[in-house]
Amino acid sequence: MKLKTFATAAALALAGIGLAGPSLAESDPGPAEYAQALNGKRIVLIPMAMGFDLAQGWAAILEREVKAFGGTFETRDPNWSTEAGAQAITEAIASDPKPDMLIVMPPDLNSYSRLLKKAQDKGIFVLLIDNPANFAPDAYMGSNWTRLGELEAEAAVKACGDGSSKKIGLVQGDEVNATSIYQYEGIMKVLDAAEGFQVVAKPVSNWDPTNSRTVTATMLQQNPDICAIIDFWDGDATGAAAAIRDANLQDKVKLITTGGGEQTADCDMIQNGTYHAVVMTELVREAGDMVAMIKYLLQSGVKPGEHTARIYTLEQATTKENLRPDSCWNLKALQAMNQ
Amino acid sequence: MDLSRHLRGLNQARIVVAITVLIFVIASVALPGFLTPDNLIAIIRSVSVLGILALGMAIVIIGRGIDLSMVAVMAMSVAWYLQLLNNGWGDHAALALALAGVLAIGLVNGFLVAYADVPAIFVTLATGSFTFGFVRSQLIAQDAVTVPGDHWIIGLGKARPADVPADIYIFLILAFAAFLFLRFTKWGRYVYYAGDNPLAARNAGMPVRPMLVLRYVLSALSAFIAGLLTASSLQSINTRVVNSNLLYDIVLVAVIGGIGLSGGKGGVRNVLIGAALIGILLNVMTILDIPQLEQNLIKSTILLVAILIDGLLNPRDEQTAQQGDI
Repeated sequence: MKLKTFATAAALALAGIGLAGPSLAESDPGPAEYAQALNGKRIVLIPMAMGFDLAQGWAAILEREVKAFGGTFETRDPNWSTEAGAQAITEAIASDPKPDMLIVMPPDLNSYSRLLKKAQDKGIFVLLIDNPANFAPDAYMGSNWTRLGELEAEAAVKACGDGSSKKIGLVQGDEVNATSIYQYEGIMKVLDAAEGFQVVAKPVSNWDPTNSRTVTATMLQQNPDICAIIDFWDGDATGAAAAIRDANLQDKVKLITTGGGEQTADCDMIQNGTYHAVVMTELVREAGDMVAMIKYLLQSGVKPGEHTARIYTLEQATTKENLRPDSCWNLKALQAMNQ
Repeated sequence: MDLSRHLRGLNQARIVVAITVLIFVIASVALPGFLTPDNLIAIIRSVSVLGILALGMAIVIIGRGIDLSMVAVMAMSVAWYLQLLNNGWGDHAALALALAGVLAIGLVNGFLVAYADVPAIFVTLATGSFTFGFVRSQLIAQDAVTVPGDHWIIGLGKARPADVPADIYIFLILAFAAFLFLRFTKWGRYVYYAGDNPLAARNAGMPVRPMLVLRYVLSALSAFIAGLLTASSLQSINTRVVNSNLLYDIVLVAVIGGIGLSGGKGGVRNVLIGAALIGILLNVMTILDIPQLEQNLIKSTILLVAILIDGLLNPRDEQTAQQGDI
């Protein structure tokens, strides 16, 4: 009896599988539509240069993703030259087959605006990354630089504390780049509101570490009681750090900066006390946003230039206190994924 | 009558000295914290790397040449050296290799100018771009290369005998060495003759071409030393400096101090004068917190004024103007 029941049950179950067979074979239409929309799409990344951590990190992640959906991924290296970047964009627009999407990191507010508009008119999506510009991209992905400046200033105010001189020094990048202008705006917003805090000097480094060292040395010479210095980029803050080290003020002057969050450039420097705080870009997530945007726009039916969206990367000031083993990303590890 | 004779004695170098002294005196009185030993040391230090580069450039310019590859050699040789160290090479092997590269660029520059008769401005522009492009694309991974943790370069950056940074000693020693070379050695004196009139120098039996090669090797070596000092202080070297206007600043220091681009004129003194003016000017403008764009304007205006006064007081004529003036 028991055996019979079991056999019946087994037979029913088998029949059930047989019945369910056809409905399982009915395949998900998603992957095919996805492949049709994305296959063979040409994505071109044009950063300000390929030789620095952020660009290499973006490229590593984008390359893996674009290849995975069957697209082609290319990079151009203008090597910090605005003209070379403009030429790369012009050449990309004119090339055949034309790219489906340009991902551009503009060097300033205006230089590329008309070129990028032309790209959109030709049916190419344009994503702006890291540096905002006077142009409506299909999406901007990167920092809200005003907020980033506020975070730096908040970290400086906290680092100085109430009993301090409340004197802050700034080492600006330049006077034309959006990142520098908006960062400054954010910093001043916080410092103006903070009781008793003042900016004693705000020289410009032109993003060059040697200049940063020279102007910081002079600034410390004039105001040895400065309690914090905000340098506008980790690429030149090594110079400000050298000046602080030379003046033997490592314990008194807190250095705050911003960067791409690469392990050796930022986390190691926080660990060894060179930087007190770094407002870091979470590169992996930022690049993840880019990937999502690429996949979305290419399937959406949206026309290039129709809409614009800002996808700001959430940031925070990282210090020794909240430093985690995974706070930073490692360039070598990222690049190894593509091998 | 007397006054006009005095005015005629005013050449560009003296005008620049006068301007420098004027700025120095005003700053000492008006700017608190300017005339302190620490600030004066900071001023000299801020121009010591620039000064070392300008010394190399001066030797080339006096011999009626120009070396536009200096900044590329400075950044790329040291970047390659540090990259080799980071890749696990031994210090001696890495240093020898980098130094060999530096010598090779100097020799190629000199050879092409001296024996292939290609104008220096084109040769060095090309070798500079080549050096940057080759090293950047083939030999190093990123724009910035860091100095490994416990390397002697870091020790050099921290060394402060008698509380004065090592850069300053090295700048002064090299300035003195260049002075001795130009003033007291036979080949040093020949630099002036070759710069003033290469054909006459050659007819007089001077080894004009080998000397020319030597000058480009010297400028490449001074660039390498300047690069090592930059890395020692910043604990890394950023090759982006090749795109900066450092090269113009080097020429500016040499020219503003009174070393004529037409060759045969000037010496180490002129480099020191030029470096002093630039150093003091930058320091004062930083203390005053003058915006960058206006700083450039002030710097270039002073250069223009110096050139203008020199042009008015010592007009060019057929005697002094030369074929091949830049």
